[in-house]
Amino acid sequence: MEKKAESQKPVQKTDKKLVELGNDVVNQIKQLKNPNISLPIRALSNIFFDERSGLVRLGQKTSSRTYLNTAHTRKFMQTLLIAAECKKIKNQQVTTSIRDLYYAIKHTIGETNENTVEEQSESDPIIEDLEAALNTLRENLNLKADRKGYVAGPITIIDSGDRIDCSKMGSSGWAIPSNVEPEMIKFEKCSADYVLVIEKDAVWQRLNEDKFWKKQNCLILTGKGQPARGCRRLVNRLHTELKLPIYVLTDGDVWGYYIYSVIKQGSINLSFLSDRLGTPAAKFIGLTTRDVNTFGIPKNVTIKLNQGDVKRANEMMKYVWFKPKEWQDEIKNMLKVGYKLELEALSAKGIRFISEKYLPEKISKKDFLP
Amino acid sequence: MGEETEKIMPNGTKTAEQLAVEQREISISEFFEKNRHLLGFDSKIKALLIIIKEGVDNALDACEEARILPEVYVKIEELEKEKYKIIIKDNGPGIVKKNIAKIFGTLLFGSKFHKLRQSRGQQGLGISMCVLYSQLTSGEPTEVISSTGKGEAHKYRLKIDVKTNSPVIVDEEIIETIDDWQGVQITFVCEGLYREHRQSVLEYLKETAVSNPFARIIFDAPTGKYEFNRGAEVLPKEPTEIKPHLYGVEVGLMSRMLHESKARTLQSFLTSEFTRVGKTAALDIIKSANIWLTDNAGNKIMDDKGKPIPGARISPSKITDEQVRSIIKAVKEVKLTRPPTDCLSPLGARLVEEGLNKEVSPDFVTAITRSPTVYRGWPFQIEVGIAYGGSIPEAKMMRFANRVPLLYQAGDCAITKAVQTIDWRRYGLEGDKLPAGPVVVFIHICSVWVPFTSESKEAVASYPIILREVKLALQEATRKLSTYLSGVRRAEYQAERMRIFERYAGETAIALNELTGVPAEQIEAKIKEIVSKNIPALKEEEENGEEGGEPKAGPENG
Repeated sequence: MEKKAESQKPVQKTDKKLVELGNDVVNQIKQLKNPNISLPIRALSNIFFDERSGLVRLGQKTSSRTYLNTAHTRKFMQTLLIAAECKKIKNQQVTTSIRDLYYAIKHTIGETNENTVEEQSESDPIIEDLEAALNTLRENLNLKADRKGYVAGPITIIDSGDRIDCSKMGSSGWAIPSNVEPEMIKFEKCSADYVLVIEKDAVWQRLNEDKFWKKQNCLILTGKGQPARGCRRLVNRLHTELKLPIYVLTDGDVWGYYIYSVIKQGSINLSFLSDRLGTPAAKFIGLTTRDVNTFGIPKNVTIKLNQGDVKRANEMMKYVWFKPKEWQDEIKNMLKVGYKLELEALSAKGIRFISEKYLPEKISKKDFLP
Repeated sequence: MGEETEKIMPNGTKTAEQLAVEQREISISEFFEKNRHLLGFDSKIKALLIIIKEGVDNALDACEEARILPEVYVKIEELEKEKYKIIIKDNGPGIVKKNIAKIFGTLLFGSKFHKLRQSRGQQGLGISMCVLYSQLTSGEPTEVISSTGKGEAHKYRLKIDVKTNSPVIVDEEIIETIDDWQGVQITFVCEGLYREHRQSVLEYLKETAVSNPFARIIFDAPTGKYEFNRGAEVLPKEPTEIKPHLYGVEVGLMSRMLHESKARTLQSFLTSEFTRVGKTAALDIIKSANIWLTDNAGNKIMDDKGKPIPGARISPSKITDEQVRSIIKAVKEVKLTRPPTDCLSPLGARLVEEGLNKEVSPDFVTAITRSPTVYRGWPFQIEVGIAYGGSIPEAKMMRFANRVPLLYQAGDCAITKAVQTIDWRRYGLEGDKLPAGPVVVFIHICSVWVPFTSESKEAVASYPIILREVKLALQEATRKLSTYLSGVRRAEYQAERMRIFERYAGETAIALNELTGVPAEQIEAKIKEIVSKNIPALKEEEENGEEGGEPKAGPENG
């Protein structure tokens, strides 16, 4: 009973916020004002890098979504439709996927041939708007995204009351749910020394097969590309609650580096959640272009940079969070040598090279980028 | 060709005398019999149009000259395949008996050729050419009934003797008329082909109804009956006759005028036969042309001071062709006042608008009449009308010269060229060169002597001053349209905004009801109140959209 009371607390808070949003708009309407919903601007122009915390944060700038603006009217309606639907599902004490929500609010408007929403791509960003406007999490709106990402290693988790030992999950690992908030997921026991976050699922499978986590006494975790927020939140909690060091392993290219930066500082789009999603203490293991020389990786497994890589590399050098000298050197070196490399390139040195040589050596030497 | 020409010299050669007999003068009728395409009779479709055009133009001219509000009846009846009977009947003053046969049976007869006055026809070639065309294609004479009122009419059936260019009267009679009808009725039987495409009789009559809104035209076509009713009950100002201006006279015309003139001296010839030439100007021209009094031996006669005496007193009939050329050249060096322009009879902006209103039913119409000006000594004036929206199905340009629609040779015409210089997009219209969309552009040039590019009178020659005047008139009219359009667009824009705001009111109210419990109907009513209260006051604040163009960095999975 005690648990239940605890878990309902934030739920009621978000409930209240939804009603407040409605009341605010209705009051404006009653006063015959042009109704307006204030939203934090979620774009590069309203983002700053907080040096003290090491996180990407949302600035103070807000924009008005007003009814009497033809560019906003439809979104204004959609925002309220989604708020109303969230209130409804919360009252029913169920959670739904964001796709369910899309279908729940989709219908034809009056006598027109227009739908309230046409594509899920129309409703998804509005959910984020609503999260930012109410300063809440989508999980608190009883919404969940597709789960993505896996964990294996010496940790025991309580997931919705079920005890899960992640060292006994066979070849597939424990699938990370969309909602990993403490009311859903609790850490019962963990003996790992650190967490290795791996960009690619295939590499994760290689390490799991080699029982790398057992040999190294660590947790291995993959977000399968750009990690979903559940995965990022879990990394955040593993660090803040269990004090585990976080090491990130990605492809040696600009997209891999950006994935690392999102894990570390948070993303621009979800900057209002950086406190929960970012892990500033994370360290970057590799790959780096310097590894090619250090580990004698054959040049013929590297890939030539294309125009997009070069453009993105130049953009990234300007981001405050890539300002540390080590990163500037790495990106400059990549531009100088003109190639990038994928994690799989390490297999050129032998299939177990990554688990038996590359990672142990990097970790023992603490050869990281900040 | 007499029998004498059959006599051939033993060696087969001909004498100069024999050849002289063969080289007889070809009559004008014979010439046009062989060259009918020069007057536009180059296809069966066009032949019908030309006949209607000549008949209707003459009818309208006659009515206007007599200050009668015109009522013209036109009928085209298919007798057999590609053979038609055409009737054109007016309520004009009629033609006096002695002139009927000459007018219809002689090419180049008519008063207009020597008269300088704004009128539809200009050469007097038209109607008799139609008589000739009919007899050539059907063998039938043309029937003319004319009444000058008084209850009776003269009826002629006539042909043209092409060798002598003179009328052949097949028969004639006096018939009784009904209701004291006055006017002319002509019946042709000829080959032709009736179609209703863009350059058709129907289009011609429709455009004629636009440019002559004071005329009532009834058209009994093979496909049905069309009535073009009056939009105005007043005739435009009557044009006055003027004498030619020296700037526009060429050698041939001046030679002919010199021989026909009743003036006794060269100086009085210049002052009396031309407009804007005073005694001093005439003397200056004579001096400039180097024409002096001479004795019989051709030596210049000197005055007391030993100076030559200008040839002011020489008889016009004694002026040589060489001297005519000198005069024409000299004219260019002498400053003459521009010709008077009261000889012109524009429709006036109001009649142009009436004409467009009644025939194309637009939402908006405007017209501009420019001040008269002069090209090469001939006064002319440009009028432009622009009609937009309403029942106009597609863009159309209507060209007119002295109120006559010009349907052919648009590409060669100065009017088209001027229209193409307008940047229509600048005025809020679609279209490159020619405007697109629901717009009718009406352009009218009136002049005592419209400079056509050919005898078929279908394209105006591109004098720079004419191009300029048309362009200025178009710009002025189009500016007015542009102002109207921006008003319309503002209104359309506001209406579209209104639709958007009202469309989402219901859904918004339902959502707010779920969130707050306030009745949805109450919220919806309030939203609609806000919308209607705010619509006119709203500016383009949309420009500052909330979702500014900032790129969101990197891919992101939710």
